Amino acid sequence: MEKKAILEKFPRSPDVLLALLHALQRANPQNYLTHEDLELAAQYLGLPLSRVRDAVTFYTMFSLKPRGKHIIRVCASPNCHLAGAWSVLEELKGELGIDVGETTPDGLFTLECTSCLGVCGVAPVMMVDEEVVGNLTPLRAREVIRRIREGG
Amino acid sequence: MKRISVLLCSGSACQSSGALAVKQALVQAIAQHDLGEEIQVVETGCMGPCELGPILLVYPDGTYYIRVKPADVEEIVVEHFLKGRPVRRLLWSAPAPEPRTIPFFARQKKIVLENCGQIDPEKVEEYIAVGGYEALAKVLTQMTPEEVIAEITRSGLRGRGGAGFPTGKKWEAVRTAKGNPKYVICNADEGDPGAFMDRAILEGDPHSVLEGMAIAAYAVGAEKGYIYVRAEYPLAVKRLEVAIAQARKLGLLGPRIFETPFSFDIELRIGAGAFVCGEETALIASIEGKRGEPRPRPPYPATSGLFGKPTLINNVETFANVRHIILRGADWFSQIGTNTSKGTKVFALAGQVKNTGLVEVPMGITLRELIFDVGGGVPEGREFKAVQIGGPSGGCLPASLLDVPIDYESLKQYGAIMGSGGVIVLDNTSCMVNVAKFFLEFTADESCGKCVPCRVGLRMMLAILEKITRGEGGEDDLVRLEELGRIIQSTALCGLGQTAPNPVLSTLRYFHEEYLAHIRDKACPAAVCPNLIYYEILADLCRACDLCRRACPTGAIQGKPRNPPYHIMQERCIRCGACAEACPFGAVVKRPGRKG
Repeated sequence: MEKKAILEKFPRSPDVLLALLHALQRANPQNYLTHEDLELAAQYLGLPLSRVRDAVTFYTMFSLKPRGKHIIRVCASPNCHLAGAWSVLEELKGELGIDVGETTPDGLFTLECTSCLGVCGVAPVMMVDEEVVGNLTPLRAREVIRRIREGG
Repeated sequence: MKRISVLLCSGSACQSSGALAVKQALVQAIAQHDLGEEIQVVETGCMGPCELGPILLVYPDGTYYIRVKPADVEEIVVEHFLKGRPVRRLLWSAPAPEPRTIPFFARQKKIVLENCGQIDPEKVEEYIAVGGYEALAKVLTQMTPEEVIAEITRSGLRGRGGAGFPTGKKWEAVRTAKGNPKYVICNADEGDPGAFMDRAILEGDPHSVLEGMAIAAYAVGAEKGYIYVRAEYPLAVKRLEVAIAQARKLGLLGPRIFETPFSFDIELRIGAGAFVCGEETALIASIEGKRGEPRPRPPYPATSGLFGKPTLINNVETFANVRHIILRGADWFSQIGTNTSKGTKVFALAGQVKNTGLVEVPMGITLRELIFDVGGGVPEGREFKAVQIGGPSGGCLPASLLDVPIDYESLKQYGAIMGSGGVIVLDNTSCMVNVAKFFLEFTADESCGKCVPCRVGLRMMLAILEKITRGEGGEDDLVRLEELGRIIQSTALCGLGQTAPNPVLSTLRYFHEEYLAHIRDKACPAAVCPNLIYYEILADLCRACDLCRRACPTGAIQGKPRNPPYHIMQERCIRCGACAEACPFGAVVKRPGRKG
């Protein structure tokens, strides 16, 4: 969708800033906010650019650098930790060949940790984009990655 | 009326274990057997026992099927739905029981969760069919705002988000505050690790929250509400969007509700990943589109909140209680619970406990009843050690306090808090120093940085804990930890900082010996902290298969194949545990302390 069309879905009121940024970030195939995005948002809402940057850098879900097509978020909360999230994370690092916060060279995956996803009954858990995957083992995590790779 | 209703739990947890594939198979099988006229499949919210998912509940007989796979569906349809013989191997407990007789449900009392797992959360008609929006109608047509507030006050309802402030008093403060317009906010930014009751309510019964908010808006004189929900909960966001659209369409939100002068509408606001936004002043800043940083109180949101206007802010579970109090009365509600804590509380049971999931129990039930009767206790062969209650703001209570009743005051007295209701059960395989360190890492990481005690103080506490778990701590460190903790408690700006030392202080209080073992004996009694343990090979179990030697990354294992026992050279061992994982005979064991 064109950026102008995205902006115009929102009222010109400063309090919609986060929602607007979410929408701009989602529209970017590389899952991040460009400098142009920030300028557009600032201009549209009549805010100084510094105020927009101020908000963007506070929240962990906004990224100012390009990310992969799919974002893998491994829950790093106590329940998942107790249930073995650590070994799942190690497996993913190995399978993807990247560290937390990095993106694979083919631009397919970004690996992140997240705070509690609220599905502790099936810990350890990760989110693949918007899908929750629970009862993870290192093997199961690897299968998920391979399935996405094969499916493109 | 259909002959059989199949309720399929489609909360986030069950979806993640394949509930939607089961539904697809079910719909197909029903169509194949031409039973579409007789059987309906309903997607519901969370039924509670998350680790048993995907779960089917079949009515009218009330049969629970657990861990259902798509391949099981044909058998259920043919045997149970056609021939009337429940499939025993998939039953929760055979034979088909009354839900009340399953221990997991027997001690529970469902008020807030009444509809969760019983109705389709995406159909407002189902909510209305079980009495939904009746409370709102009653309030708008038969009660004045003052009467509503008096009823809520009399019920004794207190905030379910953590601190337990009396709800009626809060409503009264907003009603009498000067300034217009007024706002109602639902805090759905539950971020406490291990607490997921709000997610379950939003996913399983979203209209109950909308209705509670509308009643509150009428009582305090607001026309606009916001729900601030975590971006980590996409399913909750979706179900709220559906619910709001349906309520608007039926005139249950919007202008002139039930043909009365009262108008109210709700807007959804999505967070962007910041734990501190669960703090009310930070949450308000975030709704305004700013950094989610807290500010000093007073002024409280009741007098100066969103956009500087009087604002009522309550949490999801608090709002979900409202309609029940209006319909069944304050007297009924205040009979449940203890003197100071009324009603029920929803807890998220997790950790080293047999039945994990979502439970609702009357206030005043003891920790023992919650963990052992409802939760089924710790897994076989393990020993209960502690219960962490209240998340990173809460504390760890030991076995000797299992008979403490769960109410706001008792928990606080012993160094924990009710919090939003996360309960993590820990057994003898958990190191309490490590658990305290883990929670402190979390809060230090989530500190927004605005005030010094939280930003710097938590880092300093963390540094001391790291020193202790590395085996380099001294006894004076414990004094310093306690002192720092007390200072942060009394000087931090917001609730996050003020409560962040609790996990450390409570473990210092109840598990002092374990800290001392780390310091004096250089041993981690639970054998968790890598610097304070060693591995050894049990001679009588070793079969000299050579797997451990090959797995060892540092060449620390000596031995010849078929010539047991093998031996670990402690000075080379980095205690990574690769040998223990590789050993098929359980001959490699972890021990507390150091050797060699």
